[in-house]
Order: sequence, then structure tokens, then C-alpha cells
Amino acid sequence: MANRATREAYGETLAELVGEGLDIVAVDADLAGSTKTSDLGKAYPDRLVDVGIAEQDMIGVSAGLSLTGRIAFTASFAVFGTGRCYDQIRNTVCDSGLNVKVCPTHAGITVGEDGATHQSLEDIGMMRMLPTMRVLVPADYRSAKAAIRIAATTTDGPFYVRMGRHPVPEVYGAGETFGLGRANVLRKGSDVTIAACGVEVAQALAAAGLLAAKGVDAEVIDVFSVKPLDADAILASASKTGHVVTCEEHMVAGGMGSAVAELLAERCPTPMRFVGMRSFGTSAPGDVLLRHFGLDAAGIARQVEAFLA
Amino acid sequence: MRLVANGLRHDIIRMLEASGSGHPGGSLSAADVMAELWFGGEMGYDPTDPDDHSRDRFFLSKGHAAPVLYATFHRLGWLSDDDLLTLRRLGSRLQGHPDAHACPGVEICSGSLGQGLSIGCGCALGLKADAAGDGSAPRRVYVLCGDGEMQEGSNWEALMFAAHRGLDNLTMLLDLNNLQIDGHVTDVCSLGDVDAKLAAFGWDVRRVDGHDVSAIRSALGRAKGVKGRPQAVVCETVKGKGVSFMEDRQGWHGKAPSHEKALAALAELDAERARIEKEADDG
Repeated sequence: MANRATREAYGETLAELVGEGLDIVAVDADLAGSTKTSDLGKAYPDRLVDVGIAEQDMIGVSAGLSLTGRIAFTASFAVFGTGRCYDQIRNTVCDSGLNVKVCPTHAGITVGEDGATHQSLEDIGMMRMLPTMRVLVPADYRSAKAAIRIAATTTDGPFYVRMGRHPVPEVYGAGETFGLGRANVLRKGSDVTIAACGVEVAQALAAAGLLAAKGVDAEVIDVFSVKPLDADAILASASKTGHVVTCEEHMVAGGMGSAVAELLAERCPTPMRFVGMRSFGTSAPGDVLLRHFGLDAAGIARQVEAFLA
Repeated sequence: MRLVANGLRHDIIRMLEASGSGHPGGSLSAADVMAELWFGGEMGYDPTDPDDHSRDRFFLSKGHAAPVLYATFHRLGWLSDDDLLTLRRLGSRLQGHPDAHACPGVEICSGSLGQGLSIGCGCALGLKADAAGDGSAPRRVYVLCGDGEMQEGSNWEALMFAAHRGLDNLTMLLDLNNLQIDGHVTDVCSLGDVDAKLAAFGWDVRRVDGHDVSAIRSALGRAKGVKGRPQAVVCETVKGKGVSFMEDRQGWHGKAPSHEKALAALAELDAERARIEKEADDG
């Protein structure tokens, strides 16, 4: 199957859920075509509200809609849909524990050509710091559909689902299951644990292939649920391999790798390396940027080899 | 109704004296508006059930005026006499800014300014959709905003959206007391002709004396009849109203009165109560 971006799952999954009877409404901020909430609007015009270029209003309107019993999904690009309206997400949505699902697209460095202002590299950190917020980072189209379903059907408060525009290979087959607080071990290995999320999961799997050719047996875990973390799966893997490398298209500070480090530091201190961003991004196609910043399979493999050397 | 407002002010002073911190000025300025809105019969709700499904909704966007909200809920019996004296204490239902988890009747956590109007928009939109679904008249949404708060740009996003969507079940009450922490609003960063601005954004605008309860009542009644547009009732008020040494004084935004100051304030409010009762007897 051709590569697909996680955002492709967004509007169509919401439309499916409305068809199944869920009282869902999506609120976008002038990016419905890009975020794919337009797919919901085409099927159910009255379920898509466009507030215009007004992200703060997007969150507030979503909060108000949730107070009338609806499940409100927000959109926009991740950089604007979290940072531009962080106070609304913190003080209105999370403090009140509202049924608002913050689900922007275009996260990470792979936004590509639009450049640094449009590449959200801090959103996992900002969202996972918030009490009551749960954070899911799907790795491909199928897991994105699952993440949206989990967010919609877990109706006791806010979620963050991080989606991207970069087409990614299929990681999961049709029968795969996903859960809140569950990681998926995609490849068993004994020498090193590579814990990845989002776009980096496919890169980590490819890196494991490169490493195998050099005699390194890597275990690859998809940290689909960044908050809550699957402590059992991560601890079991870390205690087995004794080496953990995290990979994400996000700042090293505060991201999924930090979450894993917090867990391991308290419960199973393990040497770690962090593959991620340490600066603002720049303009170029997404795959070029993955290579440039060492986030592609070759870059991950290089860092793992240096770590184990 | 003036007696109700006087009672709310009495509670505000007692609460703040007990807590030793809090915001008297913007609570006192809004007391008449709150008295009329909650006890004048225009807003629909069940006094015995804060969570009644068919209630109109009220959002306190200027969350620092929490004491006037708590005073209102005290009068409704949703908070007890004992509750009032716990303001800002550990474990209290009366958090420093309204907390929907802690206090019955609080719709949403507020305190970060410039957010209530957007929430009101979403809520009004949802209630209109509900009403369209079952053919009933939509429930109404009231949002109390401060004038200093209107400096937050997010409010203007919401003003645009409400008019664009024709949210005629949404009423903003603007407490125009012309004071913010750093001074008079007109000196810090003036709203200019706020009535004209709101009208230019597509709102129905009516300006009233925010301490004239009959004028407030008539503006609320009129707002209900407006079709196709959200309504703003711009209430000209005096910050600290009812306590002479707090009126229009910058220093009383976020400072609680000492025991002596509280006694002096309560004496003024008691004297005002006696005047109102005498006028009623004479009238």
C-alpha cells in the first residue's frame, strides 16, 4: 500500500464515528482542507465549525460545545493548535477536565518546506505536562484511526493526538489493536531498545534492519501512548537490553524521550541516547530534513552504533 | 433588588476580610448586574438544582470577581454561611478563582482573562443546535466580562465569531468600571468607543447605568427579544461601588480589607440598607 500521512485518517474517522452515533463536532481554524476535517464537513456539514484564523477562539468554542454534551475535536497545524492557544488548553480545557480533543495535524520537522515557523517541535512536551491531558502519537494511518477512536470514546476529558502531513509507510496490518497506555513491541531484540513514536517508528524499524546487518539485535517499540506510558513494556525491554534509544521528530527537551527517561530514572536506571531535534528546523522536503537532522534510519543506526561502541 | 445587591456586597466584604486576600473592586462593581441577572427573573435556572439540564448558562469571564459569584450562590443556598468564611483556604469550595470541580454552579474554571466569551460562543452554538433538533426555544448564555479584560485579543475573535454565526441566544454583560491593576483603562490602553466597536462587530449594543437595577432589567429583557445578533449590555459601573473608600481607587483591585476597614465598609453597607428600606417604606 502507498505511503499515507496520519492526517489522512482524521476527517474520515470522525465521519465514521458520527455515523456510529457519537455526538462529535470538529472546530477548525481555516485549515479544514489541510487537516482533513473537511472530510467530516463533506459528510456532515453541521458537524464542522470553522472559526477562521483564530486558534484561541477555536479552543474556547470547542470548550463551550463540550459543555453542551458534545465531543469536541480541534484542528489547525500543531504549532498553532497548541502553542497559540496554550493558555486556553491549560486553563479552560484541562483545568475543567473538558471533553475536548486537541488533534492538530502538521506536527514535527516533516512539515517540510514551510520551514521553522510551521514545524511544531515542542507540542508533545507542552501537552504531556498538563494534568488531565492524555497524549497519543500515531505512527501510521491505521494507528491514527485508532488514536482518534480512543480519544472520541474515552469521554472523561481531554486528549492530544499528534498527526502529520508526511506520508509514512504502513507499520500496522489490518488486525492490529491499540490501547490507551499501551506500547506495541514491533520487533523483538536483545542488544538495544529503540523506542520511537510517530514518523520515527518506520525509521526505527528500518534502522533495526540496518543494525541487524551489522550484528546488532535491536528491539523496536512504538510508544503510541506517550501519556500514559506503557511502563510495563518499556521497563521489561530496558531491563532486558540495558540500552535505550528514543526517536522522535520533536525537541529532545520535554518530548517522548524525556517521558521515557523519567520512568527509567525512577524505576530502572538505564543508559540512554536521544534521537530528536535540538534546534529550530529549516525548509526542505520532509525526507530531506529527516536525513539532514539525523532522524532517518541511517542516522538512528549511526547513533545506536556509537552508543553501543 | 437593591437590597439583594446590598446583601451580595455585604457577603463580599465578609468573605474577603476572612480570607485576607482577593479582589473586592471588580466584585463590588458587578454586584447590581449579578443581582438583577440572577434574581430579576430574566435568566432561566432551577434555584434548587445548579446542574438542572435545561438551565441558561452563566460564565464569569472575569474570574477574579469570584466573590460576587460566591455571594450569589450563597443567597441561592448553594453555599453555606460557613463556606463563605473559607475563601482561598486549603480544601475550600471557594477557590481564589472559580473552580468547576470545587463549587456547585460554577460552569467552568476561569481566571485567565479573555476566554469566557469564546466558551459562551461554543455553548450558545451547541444550545441552538439542541433547540433546532427538538423545535424548542434555545437556552440562553450570559457572559460577564470586565473592561480591562477586553484588551485581550481573544475576545475580539469571539466577538467576530458570535456575530458571524448570529448567536442571538448569547448576551455579554460588560462591566465597564474603567479600572485595571495598573490604573484607569482609559490611561493604560483605552477601549476607545467600545459601544461603536461592538456595534461595528455586528452586535446589538445597549449602554446602561450598571448600578441602576431597573435599567439593567430592561436591557436584559430587550436583549432577549433581539433576533439574529448577539447582544452586549455595556454596564457603566464604579469599581468598589458601595464602599466609599474603595470606589474608583486603583489600590482596591486585588487587596482584602483589614478588620477595621471591613467594619467601616459593612457600616456603610448597613447604612445603605437602612436607606433603601426607608425609601421602600416611604414609597
